[in-house]
Amino acid sequence: MIRIQTKDFDAGAEIKNLVSGKGNIGGVCSFIGLVRDFSASEQSGEKITAMTLEHYPAMTEKQLEKIETQAQERWGSIETLIIHRVGRLEPTAQIVLVAVAAAHRDVAFEAARFIMDILKTEAPFWKKEEGPTTSKWVEAKASDIAKAGLWEKK
Amino acid sequence: MKILYFAWLKEKTSLAEEDLSLPCGVSTVAGLMEYLKNRGGGFADAFADSTLVRVAVNMEHVQTSHPLNNADEVAFFPPVTGG
Repeated sequence: MIRIQTKDFDAGAEIKNLVSGKGNIGGVCSFIGLVRDFSASEQSGEKITAMTLEHYPAMTEKQLEKIETQAQERWGSIETLIIHRVGRLEPTAQIVLVAVAAAHRDVAFEAARFIMDILKTEAPFWKKEEGPTTSKWVEAKASDIAKAGLWEKK
Repeated sequence: MKILYFAWLKEKTSLAEEDLSLPCGVSTVAGLMEYLKNRGGGFADAFADSTLVRVAVNMEHVQTSHPLNNADEVAFFPPVTGG
């Protein structure tokens, strides 16, 4: 299941809903991404006061659905949830929730990491950081591309 | 075809989207990028370094060698930074 929204989410309620009534689930692994109060660019580390997330709505949906399908093909019987927020968010705000429910923990951990790694390089979202005086678009990290690439070899 | 611009490409071109007939002699994404760059102004700025620009055709990531036709939806954007 995927959802793109401006409003916040309650991870506990979402996870409860994901596994509700499913006796074959043995564990859930979740990841929550938050807005930091310092810049993503490694050299500067400047304070940021807010971040605005822009996206390409139809393509975002298509790409996130594709990532879920790939995870299901790879790990079989799993339940997946991706919630991603857009719009203006302030430090400490939740940005993204990925949750994977599976019969055993190894699959849940691995599939959750897979979804996050691929989301980082394939899903069309862009972050713009606002500092005290200027704002700038966040640049993609080579390390994120490398992490997504590792899944191709497995 | 429909062309969409996102993030700093939208800011530099001052355009979110436009409808354009495939220009004469243009058959690939690379050709279209060259055509747009030659408009000058903000477009020249946005497409000045094509290695910074990513492309999707019909909502799938593609290389600049990808062929184009008039029914395509083409989107230009920087490398993605969600999550």
